[in-house]
Amino acid sequence: MAAAVRLRGLHKRFPRVHALRGIDLEIAEGEFFALLGPNGAGKTTLISILAGLTRATDGSVSIMGFDVARQYRQARRALGVVPQELVYDPFFTVRETLRLQSGYFGLRRNDAWIDELLANLGLADKADTYTRLLSGGMKRRVLVAQALVHKPPVIVLDEPTAGVDVELRQSLWHFIRRLNRDGHTILLTTHYLEEAETLCERVAMLKEGRLVALDRTENLLRGGGGRRLVLELDVTELPASLRPRLTGRDGARFILDLPDYGDLEAILASLRQAGVGVCDMALGQADLEEVFLKIMHGVGHDTPEQA
Amino acid sequence: MSGFRTLLYKEILRFWKVLVQTVGAPVLTALLYLLIFSHVLEEHVQVYPGVSYTAFLMPGLIMMSVLQNAFANSSSSLIQSKITGNIVFVLLPPLSYLEFFMAYLIAALVRGFTVGLGVLLVGLFFADIEMRYPLWILAFALSSGAVFACMGIMAGIWANQYDNLAAVQNFLIMPLTFLSGVFYSIHSLPDFWQGVSHFNPVFYMIDGFRYGFFGQGDVDPWLSLAVVTPFVVLLSGLTLMMLKSGYKLRH
Repeated sequence: MAAAVRLRGLHKRFPRVHALRGIDLEIAEGEFFALLGPNGAGKTTLISILAGLTRATDGSVSIMGFDVARQYRQARRALGVVPQELVYDPFFTVRETLRLQSGYFGLRRNDAWIDELLANLGLADKADTYTRLLSGGMKRRVLVAQALVHKPPVIVLDEPTAGVDVELRQSLWHFIRRLNRDGHTILLTTHYLEEAETLCERVAMLKEGRLVALDRTENLLRGGGGRRLVLELDVTELPASLRPRLTGRDGARFILDLPDYGDLEAILASLRQAGVGVCDMALGQADLEEVFLKIMHGVGHDTPEQA
Repeated sequence: MSGFRTLLYKEILRFWKVLVQTVGAPVLTALLYLLIFSHVLEEHVQVYPGVSYTAFLMPGLIMMSVLQNAFANSSSSLIQSKITGNIVFVLLPPLSYLEFFMAYLIAALVRGFTVGLGVLLVGLFFADIEMRYPLWILAFALSSGAVFACMGIMAGIWANQYDNLAAVQNFLIMPLTFLSGVFYSIHSLPDFWQGVSHFNPVFYMIDGFRYGFFGQGDVDPWLSLAVVTPFVVLLSGLTLMMLKSGYKLRH
């Protein structure tokens, strides 16, 4: 399948910071992809380079096969970006804003699609309101609509749900998922890792300008510790036979590794044998947040660092 | 092309929506100058034979308004977009730096001409103004307006905040326009200041423009055009280079 986004040996040096230190990444057409990383890891720089807002120091970047520097017109036409900052033009209404944005992309009669966007984003009754008068959440929706006026095959959302209420978050993801089903490639950055976990098929993690993890979401979750069993016992010491499985303690609770549900039987048998009673028991799985923290702190993950 | 047309339309719509501020206010300012200076000087000064002082003042005031507003339009639009962050709306689409340049340049000229026309219309109530050589008038309005529009684009991109822009306006634009012979003929100045005025390009803009009205000026209009034209070329070139490099717009 063709790559929707392709980065090759991407470097970005600012006067004081080496923000991106050699990124190689390919996102396939139709993927729902998450780019994660702590603040300052280089996510926004990477997105700015995709969007042509920042120029790469070294390496190449293409969108739908179009080089963002040499074929910037085609590349930008293929890309819709929802910026992180809540920006708007105070001089214009929502509809004017969307018409202007369409015009910049060479679309002169775009009202049918604009109306559809407005309806889908719950903005239909705000079309003739000045954007500056809308609430933060509504302004965010206008930004989403603006990014989509030219029906770009690749959509980049840079922390679209920062400071957004639950209801909008839900309706936004509903809409973005539909776009993804219709074949749009989605690249998402977010600090809400549970969003990335439920939405994205594949995840890349950036740390200090390097890609430190790149895998399917389920593989990352498995690699991050897999299933585990949380036990609260009527004794303060875990029976010796179970100690090899112990991965952590949380107050009075013991956290045991549980690679396979079949092991549950053996664990319970060991407890019975030792005459230990179970007060509480829970099954769980490492979530993306744990995997993320583990990788960011550089322990116990075997994904090779890319130089 | 359509991207350029939309950006031009947006830039014109931007000032059109706040016409009171962007056109009304500068026309009023020019009217105040006209009332005060003509009241004080009408009886005492006649610069050119057969031309009343009020009539003499008009072309200077019109040109000053064109220049200041061409500068104000491009510079304030850009700094506002940069500070509010909505500059990304025009950086993300497939617009070339040439389209970007032309849109901001033409919109600045439209604003300058709108204000200039407003000043002219108001001035017609106070003096008979002949327009002997419309082509000279147009040539100087266009070329000089373009110079200031370019300066506005550069200043708007360079400035990090409104203060920077105010500094350019107060320490460069105002002195250049005020000391260029808007209110007087430089022949009325002492020799030293007459000499200094010849180094001010705005002097040639205003003198050439005024020649178009009365067929009289301090210097030959061809000389003025020969001075102004290289500035158009130079400043357009610099502005285009700045935009092409992405200076302060694309890191």
